[in-house]
Amino acid sequence: MQLTADERAILNGEQGETLAKVMKTMVLYGDVFGASHFVPVESEFGHIVTSFGISVMKPVYSLMDELIAGNAISSQKFTVDPRPMDFKNVPSNLLQNIAFKVMYSKQKVYEKQLQQMGLLGDDAFSCTCYMEEVGNIPEEGQVLSWAESSAVSYANSVLGARCNRNSGIIELFGSILGKVPYFGLLTPEGREATWEIDIQTNNLPEAQLLGSAIGLAVQEEVPYVKGLNRFLGDELTPEVRDYLKDFGAAAASNGSVGLYHVENLTPEAKKQGRGIIREGAKKLTIDDAYLQEIYDAYPDLWEKADAEPKLCFIGCPHLSLDQLHSWKEKIARQLRVAGKKKVAIPTVLCAAKPVLDVFEKRAAAKALKQMGVTFTSICPLMYMNNPLCSKMPVITSSNKLRTYTSAHYLKESELLARITGGK
Amino acid sequence: MREFQGRVVVPGAAKAEALVTTKGFNTLASFQKSLMKSDLRAICSDQNNPDLFGKALAGKAICLPRTIGSTTGGMVLYCASAMGAAPACLLFSEPIDSLAAAGAILSDVWTESSLPTVDSLGEDFLEYVKEGMLIEVMEDGIVRVEG
Repeated sequence: MQLTADERAILNGEQGETLAKVMKTMVLYGDVFGASHFVPVESEFGHIVTSFGISVMKPVYSLMDELIAGNAISSQKFTVDPRPMDFKNVPSNLLQNIAFKVMYSKQKVYEKQLQQMGLLGDDAFSCTCYMEEVGNIPEEGQVLSWAESSAVSYANSVLGARCNRNSGIIELFGSILGKVPYFGLLTPEGREATWEIDIQTNNLPEAQLLGSAIGLAVQEEVPYVKGLNRFLGDELTPEVRDYLKDFGAAAASNGSVGLYHVENLTPEAKKQGRGIIREGAKKLTIDDAYLQEIYDAYPDLWEKADAEPKLCFIGCPHLSLDQLHSWKEKIARQLRVAGKKKVAIPTVLCAAKPVLDVFEKRAAAKALKQMGVTFTSICPLMYMNNPLCSKMPVITSSNKLRTYTSAHYLKESELLARITGGK
Repeated sequence: MREFQGRVVVPGAAKAEALVTTKGFNTLASFQKSLMKSDLRAICSDQNNPDLFGKALAGKAICLPRTIGSTTGGMVLYCASAMGAAPACLLFSEPIDSLAAAGAILSDVWTESSLPTVDSLGEDFLEYVKEGMLIEVMEDGIVRVEG
């Protein structure tokens, strides 16, 4: 990489050994990808993926101590992924609670480190930092130093910002330096589509199933998706944004998609049309049979395949305010059909705390609570990491949660039938 | 025996038995359970990867096309290195992805241990190498596979 005089001085240790190591890491990282130079981080806020003080991740907390001691502090405030524990709103027994406290025994220490490093606020914990209520919304074209695969995917694809799929720690280093190496999804060439996906389903596919199918097929490449606007229309309405949020999270976790284009819908696809598809792009047609085959092939990691689910998580990534209302309507309708008043399986809706703060003042929240549904702002993946929870039969609407845990991903209609009627 | 020439991402020499996956290697899904239990064998817990599921990753030459999944991936590799649960080396048939590169570089700069990493070894490499074969990695990116 070509470095400026200031960058070279940092690398040579003129601002301390710690900052020199941060710079060395980022120069090596840029060199691997042929980056020619650094570019400034342009967003107001960063977003950090590591939000949990898990006792076995000691190397991360030692590194944070080293950064803070060396005055290598973030140059921008940042939001961070969700917290891991909520004893009040997520069902857990005494032994599970003890395990949580042991597992996440570094939580307070780590949160103090985050505050010293530049945490935006006490409520800044969500994977959907780009929700209006949370307020970390980058502008189109801005360069970011973010991690969290679903947030990077949303920022690139729906908001039109520019961010590589940075690893945890690397995103923090970019925020510390205020600059990132120029390569990959920051460049026009890196944002060209190398897959052309034709959606030939009869109805709008489940977002998290379609995302999974595309992620599994294209892995880390950039897909251009045709045929979805037949169902979604041509405007990024709040409902469409929510669909793309869930679609992108599944594509990012089942594969490693950091950017996708949806024809006549997402910003770059609208502006550049099919001109954004690279010559020789691979092609794939997805129909209902293709999606069913993907769905049927998901492995079953429950000890008993026919076990009665003990818990249901909805909201990974975190739900929007509109989605919370929508789930209220769907659960209420299904309960009426089943002739019941309360859900048969403990059901937890996950959303950012600032979103829940607004929602819980509304009648819909009260109605959901009466149906036996609870709300939390934790990350369900971190709940499932508890060895005493990981063996529980859990169902979910999240293909991301399915990927990393033993939870069963169910299509929406099947999920609603289970939570309102048991088996 | 066959030799393959790749590109050095993180320099270093290593000699280890091969573990091979032809699918994307999901770093978080693979390491998370072992790291949670401080199991330094690093038994692969990725249910979606039948090539590696249930096998010990620590000390092995992991032969793979690329890594996929959560952006905690690089941090997880860094932690595995710092805790002594890392593979002996990472050998990619394709150009390396941003998460794996981050993990290898963080291990190199911020830990006492090293995670020699070579990429762009080509499709031939992944077609030839089989689990259990002995692999020797040279500082210059040459990878010797003993059949």
